[in-house]
Amino acid sequence: MYAQMVETGQKSVRALADMSSEERAFQQRIDADVKVEAADWMPDAYRRTLVRQIQQHAHSEIVGMLPEGNWITRAPTLARKAILMAKVQDEGGHGLYLYAAAETLGVSRDQLIADLHAGKVRYSSIFNYPTLTWADIGAIGWLVDGAAIMNQIPLCRCSYGPYARAMVRICKEESFHQRQGYDIMMKLCQGTAEQKAMAQDALNRWWWPSLMMFGPPDADSVHSAQSAAWKIKLLSNDELRQRFVDQTVPQADYLGITMPDPDLKWNAGRGHYDFGAIDWQEFHDVLRGNGPCNRERLATRVQAWEEGAWVREAALAHAEKRADRGDELG
Amino acid sequence: MSGGTRASAGAAPGADAALFEYVLRLGDNDVILAQRLAEWVGHGPVIEEDIALTNVGLDLLGQGRMWLQYAGEVEARLAGTGRSEDELAFLRDGGAYRNVQLVELPNGDFAATMARQFYFDHAHLLLLRALARSADPRVAEIAAKAAKEVDYHAQRSADWVIRLGDGTAESRARMQRALDRLWPYTGELFATDAVDRVLVAAGVAADAEALRAPWLATVERVLAEATLSLPAGTWMHGANGRGGRQGVHTEHLGHLLAEMQFLQRAYPGARW
Amino acid sequence: MSNEWPLWEVFIRSQHGLAHKHVGSLHAADAEMAVKNARDVYTRRNEGVSIWVVRSADITASSPGDRDALFDAAKSKVYRHPTFFPMPDEVKHL
Repeated sequence: MYAQMVETGQKSVRALADMSSEERAFQQRIDADVKVEAADWMPDAYRRTLVRQIQQHAHSEIVGMLPEGNWITRAPTLARKAILMAKVQDEGGHGLYLYAAAETLGVSRDQLIADLHAGKVRYSSIFNYPTLTWADIGAIGWLVDGAAIMNQIPLCRCSYGPYARAMVRICKEESFHQRQGYDIMMKLCQGTAEQKAMAQDALNRWWWPSLMMFGPPDADSVHSAQSAAWKIKLLSNDELRQRFVDQTVPQADYLGITMPDPDLKWNAGRGHYDFGAIDWQEFHDVLRGNGPCNRERLATRVQAWEEGAWVREAALAHAEKRADRGDELG
Repeated sequence: MSGGTRASAGAAPGADAALFEYVLRLGDNDVILAQRLAEWVGHGPVIEEDIALTNVGLDLLGQGRMWLQYAGEVEARLAGTGRSEDELAFLRDGGAYRNVQLVELPNGDFAATMARQFYFDHAHLLLLRALARSADPRVAEIAAKAAKEVDYHAQRSADWVIRLGDGTAESRARMQRALDRLWPYTGELFATDAVDRVLVAAGVAADAEALRAPWLATVERVLAEATLSLPAGTWMHGANGRGGRQGVHTEHLGHLLAEMQFLQRAYPGARW
Repeated sequence: MSNEWPLWEVFIRSQHGLAHKHVGSLHAADAEMAVKNARDVYTRRNEGVSIWVVRSADITASSPGDRDALFDAAKSKVYRHPTFFPMPDEVKHL
């Protein structure tokens, strides 16, 4: 998802018997659905895992502004331009809420950003793919935001209070994002042959990367089990992925475009769609920094940050001058 | 809408042609500046500022759409059919655009973007407040709504001029340079031509000349607080009746439009 | 690292007559900027009519370790709640 493959630092799920009394009390509160708050005692591994997960999520929002931002200046109508600007701006807001949630755990935003820029932490693989046509903006809203929402709604119930509250706000704001994407796709599919081809091409390029967003298969991840016990991951990768496929295929049918997967078919016995094998090599390549846009995305973020340094310094210097003069305004 | 309703608002014959031009000028300023601010999305110096600057862009885009929609209605009264906001925005070439040159200039660094915003916002605010009393009820209505938004833009950009001016040595130098470079483009904000004169006489338009003094007073006050100096030059681009408002632009507008209009031009007649 | 703007907590009154409620945090160089940033970040959807900001560092909080000592005592004062006093059905307006 936006936080794919979050390391928990645990080889296996901690059993109650192995825990200290503090740790046991902590786990029992989580089991009883009592939210953990910033000042509460928490195991170091829980804190570290959360910081990692929340910051991956935050970085994904901020880096995610770039592929869509790529089309704001070329949006085909003024209304589309306004909607896309508002959407990309929302993503900035979501990054901000998530950084703030991470900051409650005792890390600074600057440190988190420095870690991103140094390549120490990941963001979602999906944002390392290019937006080549206007239809990509539709496909991102429809598929990428659709996948994200599927993951984020359960996170509104996660055990860490500040994270859960940020997710509630994000989910509320994000409800229009997926619809605007689908709306773009509908317009294209009802349009000229060229437009429909553009929509199909976008689906071809975004479908598999969207499925990869849910992360590796459950069988490959012990981290998921620990995160589940801590209630910072509420549904499994495969479970979410299947839900996403089941929900999305009929939406593509309505548009009259097809998933680029010859193995995709309804399985009446399972009551789910079967789908083809995901190219996990590609997923790991992208996570390792070798996706089509990894270097470019990071370089763009670093450049914006570095070019903003003098602005941030100046604002601080001015605030200090004012405070010294005693004319800080309320 | 019939021409008769408008005539009773006090407009002289031929005033609709002038009104069309005038409303385009208002709308084009907003759309072009919003397009420039859109380039900042995702590239701001800090997330909070990225979001804030985008809000300004969104306000301007919304205002631009209202003006262009109205321009299309005025055009329909004049010519029988009027263009939609998108036909006006995406299918006019540079020479038919009526924005002042200031708003089409490239963003430059954050200081240049804020200096441009500062010069523009304060003129914009004075203009909209005057237009809120226009004899044309649609102009008055749009201007009154827009003035509330622009009031905040003007506060924000003045704030940044002060923060950067009275910040570090680097920020001060950058802001002074930006103010100096953009200064020659401010004259056009207060220039008037025949279009203005017809509409000022009809009580529809604001007399831009009269806005110069209060604008200058604000600029002087803010620059003083920012420890910056008022740029000295007297030469003004486009203030001689051959500026952006008459369709004479800088080299930058063509590139901006090439980007902005790409899809509509590449796929003629497609709906999006 | 040294030039990070301080963190502020943001409180918004969503409607006239309601109390300000904590909505989140943000960074700003000073209080004035914090109010403006709060307007831009937290009221994009018409969420507010009034904003308070306070430096996060200036908030004093109760300690989670004192939770029982501070709050358990009130749990036993059930007589402070009206439902503690059953009233006969025929008695009205109480």
